[in-house]
Amino acid sequence: MTVLTDPPKPSFRLSQLLYDTRYRSLTIQVVALALFVALIAFLVVNVIQNLHQIGKDIDFGFLWVRSGYDINQMLIAYDSSMSHGRAALVGICNTLLVAVMGCVTATLIGVVAGVLRLSKNKIVAFLMSVYVEGFRNVPLVLWILLVYAVLTEGTPQPRDFVEGGTASMWFFDTVAVTNRGVFVPLPGMGPGFWGLCLVLAVSIVGIFIFRANARKRQQETGQILPVFWVSLALLIIPVMVCYLMMANTWVGLYLAVANLISLAILIFAFRKVRELLGGGALAVFGGLLVALALAWFWAQILAPALGASLGIAESIAAGWSPPVVFSMPVLGGFNFDGGLQVRNSLIALWLALSLYTGAFIAEGVRAGILAISKGQSEAAFALGLRPGRTMSLVILPQALRVIIPPLISQYLNLTKNSSLAIAVSYMDVRATLGGITINQTGRELEGILLLGAFYLIVSILISVGMNAYNRSKILKER
Amino acid sequence: MTDSTASLTYVRAQMLPQSAPPVREAGLFKWVRENLFSSWLNILLTGLSIYVLYLVVWAIFPWLYNAVWRAGSLTECREVLAVRGVPSEVGGACFAVIGDRWLQFIFGFYPPDMYWRPVLAFVLFFVALAPVLFASVPRRLLAFSAVYPFLAIWLIWGGAFWTPLLMMAGFVAGYLGFVAGSRLGGAILGVIGAVVLAMVWWMWVSPTVSNALNRMVGSGRIEQSSVELTALAEQLGPNLTAIEADLAAKDAEIAAVVVEKDAAVADVTAERQRRAEALAAAEAAEEPAPGFDEPLLAGKVAAAEALFDRLAQLRAEANVLAVARFQTQDQITETRTLLAAITALPDLETDLPIMQARARDLQAALPAHVADFATVDAAAAVANQEQAALRTVIEAETAAAAAAVGDQATLMSAAQALRDALPATVAEFATLEEAIAAATKDQAELRTALTAVTEAAAAEKTIGTTYAELGRVGLKPVDSSEIGGFLLAVIIGISGITLSLPLGILLALGRRSNLFIINKVSVGFIEIIRGVPLIVWLFTAQLLLNYFLPKGTNFDLMLRVIIMVTLFSSAYIAEVIRGGLAAVPKGQIEAADAMGLDYWQAMRLIVLPQALKISIPGIVNSFIGLFKDTTLVTFIGMYDPIGLVGTTRASTDWNGVYWELYIFIGLLFFLFCFSMGRYSLFLERKLRRENR
Repeated sequence: MTVLTDPPKPSFRLSQLLYDTRYRSLTIQVVALALFVALIAFLVVNVIQNLHQIGKDIDFGFLWVRSGYDINQMLIAYDSSMSHGRAALVGICNTLLVAVMGCVTATLIGVVAGVLRLSKNKIVAFLMSVYVEGFRNVPLVLWILLVYAVLTEGTPQPRDFVEGGTASMWFFDTVAVTNRGVFVPLPGMGPGFWGLCLVLAVSIVGIFIFRANARKRQQETGQILPVFWVSLALLIIPVMVCYLMMANTWVGLYLAVANLISLAILIFAFRKVRELLGGGALAVFGGLLVALALAWFWAQILAPALGASLGIAESIAAGWSPPVVFSMPVLGGFNFDGGLQVRNSLIALWLALSLYTGAFIAEGVRAGILAISKGQSEAAFALGLRPGRTMSLVILPQALRVIIPPLISQYLNLTKNSSLAIAVSYMDVRATLGGITINQTGRELEGILLLGAFYLIVSILISVGMNAYNRSKILKER
Repeated sequence: MTDSTASLTYVRAQMLPQSAPPVREAGLFKWVRENLFSSWLNILLTGLSIYVLYLVVWAIFPWLYNAVWRAGSLTECREVLAVRGVPSEVGGACFAVIGDRWLQFIFGFYPPDMYWRPVLAFVLFFVALAPVLFASVPRRLLAFSAVYPFLAIWLIWGGAFWTPLLMMAGFVAGYLGFVAGSRLGGAILGVIGAVVLAMVWWMWVSPTVSNALNRMVGSGRIEQSSVELTALAEQLGPNLTAIEADLAAKDAEIAAVVVEKDAAVADVTAERQRRAEALAAAEAAEEPAPGFDEPLLAGKVAAAEALFDRLAQLRAEANVLAVARFQTQDQITETRTLLAAITALPDLETDLPIMQARARDLQAALPAHVADFATVDAAAAVANQEQAALRTVIEAETAAAAAAVGDQATLMSAAQALRDALPATVAEFATLEEAIAAATKDQAELRTALTAVTEAAAAEKTIGTTYAELGRVGLKPVDSSEIGGFLLAVIIGISGITLSLPLGILLALGRRSNLFIINKVSVGFIEIIRGVPLIVWLFTAQLLLNYFLPKGTNFDLMLRVIIMVTLFSSAYIAEVIRGGLAAVPKGQIEAADAMGLDYWQAMRLIVLPQALKISIPGIVNSFIGLFKDTTLVTFIGMYDPIGLVGTTRASTDWNGVYWELYIFIGLLFFLFCFSMGRYSLFLERKLRRENR
């Protein structure tokens, strides 16, 4: 007879908390949590004691108090009688403005510089290396200060723009670059503005539909449609025609037709001549030359004559009310009136941020392209793809996967670096909420807390958004 | 056609000699055609780049070519350019400012007679770095690497020689704590023991020991020091007079040369003016241009330039003298202060216990409810308010009593309502007055007690500093605010990266850990730090760090900045190292587990060596980033190179100079960062080859 004895009951001993791997992780976590909580408590208690000592409290009420300071560059309405919260909002808008503008231009610069740095053209490649290394290895603050110095010291004063003065405006007297900032035309709403917006929206929707169709067609039949040119035409032509026709139906019609004809001449003459000359660089230049000459002949001689016979000048004088009205900068006294003044601080910050970040993006792009094995482009050539299509259909889609993650962190860096606005006194959120507001109210704890929270939220939003985009582009593996 | 067959079957017996390739297909021509002009886009790019190069060179080269290297001020720079006949719209760089100020740009306001200390620390840094970077260097040098940080701190900031030793002893205490803790109950207790013991050492034991040593050495030296200091003070006075006389002589000499130089400049200008007029006259009369005596002008220009050179040299000598004067004056003040302190020391020491006792008594005598000003003030405020309220009520009642019969009822009820609203404790003026008087008395008592405490503490501190000054065996202390320029950038950069490395490794391990809390804390720390710009963290260090520390702790701005920069870069380093950890195959950890290694052994011996090797280029890159970011400290009022640009331009001599300074700073940063970047690329390539 066998007697079954119970196996010894696993009794829990205290030492298991230290020596048994099943429980030890628990012990470690509890200890870590205790230490963490103790640290936080230590900090919080200190803050409370120290604030009590100097008779302060934590209060965000200052955000609703009248600010009493002016901001020289703003996107939303603001004056010194509004609250500190509103001032912070103005600063936030300014930060976001420079960050968005910087991200766009930095990407453009970075992609161009990255591709050109790999160019076989040694002069271009050398120039791009100088650019990239120069910007990467010198502190951003210095670049911001340098660009600012160039803008304020290297540009003429507004009073040099008088008749017969030393300076003149750019782009047919519409843009004035001065040491007080750049004055550009400010678009405003005219009659039919929203109609024009509607047309633009419809065009954009049309572009998307066309692209989807073109892609479908390529998948099904292998035919490739000229997507880029058609998209460009869809984007520009309807808006242009509508703009002109809304301004004055008949004059608009005449102008639209005349412009379209010159465009058509330009394109067809170029293609025809290039075909006749048989391709190559010479053919391109010859084609361009002939096309430009013909288009010029049409636009400057034939069309005006036609217009004169139709009595266009009288019609324009009779009524010309475009849907978008530009307020032009005009020299009045010692400064420009009208138009939009873009301050040098914004331009310096924007340019320096774009160039600096562009150099880093260029390195990322270069690395991404180099990461694609040479066999890919050789295979594409073997299939008969031209270099342009090889780049756009084979290399770039693969390189994009390598490029995007560093690109995300560069966007994050650019946004955070926009706080260097302090070097040129651009009124970003650090200058309003984290600068003047703190100095005026003495609420440095609350102000810096809010400032940090703002940057943190923006960083998180950017990285969440870009990571989602990255996931959509990543190699789908089973 | 008889012998046609013979001529038809011709076979070449030898190879043709190789003919030269067509010009288009060989040599430079081919290279240029293929690389620069292969397509219309390429032609365009080439043209554009050549144009850009031309623009840049055209804009900058003449300015650089005309650079003035020796002059005393911007005005003199312009005079030199005018003497040389450089047209004002071309201009020339005034690099003389760098010759004048470069020591300041390197060292900030560090005392010039102690420049050797940071230089030595910098040189020793490479000695300490060598065994870490190169395996061929003897391993024994690693001990020096471990000692180096303390040595460097001592060299740069100065102080008694035992300060670094006491600091190091803290680590020994921590190690002992770890050993004791792990004997008792495993690694966790060990870590806690290490932290606790090290903290106790640094917070309490080390200052006490340091004070005791100061006092011991200092009290033995009082007699001797006071004799020496008196002698020194007597000697310094004449020294100063001598220096001042020298300086006055130098200044007179400079003034004489300035007059001479002005004459020479006027001479050259007049000569140029005369020539221009002659030319204009000849042109007006349509005669051929008159010939000039070129050597004459050249001689005059050379004479003027020689005077400028002489002036620059004299100025440099005068500068040396001025610095010497400043230092002597400083020394005199210091000596006098110290002498006074020594004289006052015995009295102060006798008084100190009395003062302390008085402060203690006063504090003990305070009533229990009097703790700090906030409560006392609040009590006084409440009493005052109540008094005002009571006054309103009584006024209302008086008014009601005096009013006409018709209104009386309403006024009475209003007054009654007011009286009802009063707190129950408020009944009559007498008690309120008493309360106010009590509160005022409390305030006064508290103020007296606190003043007594502050005075006692101040006396104790004076005694401490006097002994520290007397009993210091070591280097003269240098204040953090005197450190600036590239020295500041290098100190912040190097200490930030070395301190952040261990922290970054821990954070990276924490982020990859399976332990929920540790993982989340690490992730939160890393993301919060990385999500907020460095400049906001620096403002936090400047404005808020004192709020987060216990009452009364106050350490200098530079230390705060180093702490913040360390935390900041540790988050970035953690991400770099996380990448390295992710690149180590999982099999390595599993193999380590199978061998029976515990977590720390596996990490220390198997995973981290591989991961760190992969991350070295990334670490170097974050160091470059950090080094560039040190320029941000200028915004919280520290004198890094960019901050010094402002100081330089604020001086009357160099008001208006900036391109030259920016170029100088940019070039130095570029040299440093570019070479580091190349080193990182080299490492990357070398490591990749090993991995293959």
